[in-house]
Amino acid sequence: MRDLELISQGRDINEVMASIPYVAFLGITFEKVADELLGKLTFKQDLIGNPSLPALHGGVIGGFLETAAIVQVARESKIRVLPKTIDITIDYLRSGRPLDTYARATITKHGRRVANVQVVAWQDDPEKPIAAAHGHFLLEPLGDPESSAA
Amino acid sequence: MQLDETLKGMLIDHVPHARAIGLEIVWAEKARARLKVPYASHLVGNPDTGVIHGGVITTMLDNACGVATQMALGEPSAIATLDLRIDYMRPAEPKLDIFGEAHCFKVTKSVAFVRGTAFHDDINNPIATCMSAFMLAANRAGPPSSGMREKIMGEMDKLAGKDGPKTRGEG
Repeated sequence: MRDLELISQGRDINEVMASIPYVAFLGITFEKVADELLGKLTFKQDLIGNPSLPALHGGVIGGFLETAAIVQVARESKIRVLPKTIDITIDYLRSGRPLDTYARATITKHGRRVANVQVVAWQDDPEKPIAAAHGHFLLEPLGDPESSAA
Repeated sequence: MQLDETLKGMLIDHVPHARAIGLEIVWAEKARARLKVPYASHLVGNPDTGVIHGGVITTMLDNACGVATQMALGEPSAIATLDLRIDYMRPAEPKLDIFGEAHCFKVTKSVAFVRGTAFHDDINNPIATCMSAFMLAANRAGPPSSGMREKIMGEMDKLAGKDGPKTRGEG
């Protein structure tokens, strides 16, 4: 995406997020807290996957964690296209209640072609995470013609 | 197999997020299920290419694995996803519907193990594959969806009596 360069230059991430239909549809925004990027998934009824508990859909939590990871990588890389997810593993720790959810991503290793990222999500208590994920993301550095994960 | 409308209703229509992304059950049988997400503009993750966001594939595979697990269990049980690993083999193609097929290949006393594949028209050319584990009898103390689940299992018993399908992938 063209706007990626804006993210790495520190431009308003939420403007870029609003241009991504699925991210806007889920209601994901980002804010800077003490120079860290915090993802926020604002609760709405459309995110419910288990109406009897009720609980957020596990796929929504997964999509949120993946988005937080990609944005963190975009912010810390000089790349022209979105990082591609190679794989992501999500651990579900608690059911996601009908509340706003937050996520913080940490890049554990930033290689030339691959970034290893860990993400944690919580709701009202950061000490009680509802999900954790780790994933590998393929980078296409400027001038690298490779375009597939294979 | 034509899936009973009642079963579809309970697994999809009563799940707000499944409705919101247009999720459908194509078929379900013992320990297996195939779901579909029709291409839709609000699911796009890259506006430059029109490719669907990975989160949609995660959601569909999680749901497909859950339905396959329900279809594998001999009696009604609440289940909860323990973990889910997704490997992306290639990008989804714009404008095409995405299917997800899952196979619950092992059920133990407490845990079910499930594999799944997301694809367009050829399961042997996957967009993504997944592996997940589900805890069985989750939320045992909680108030239940058990009435709903008994109803679902009743519908599944009816389905089990019908003629089987069709081509199966390695789910």
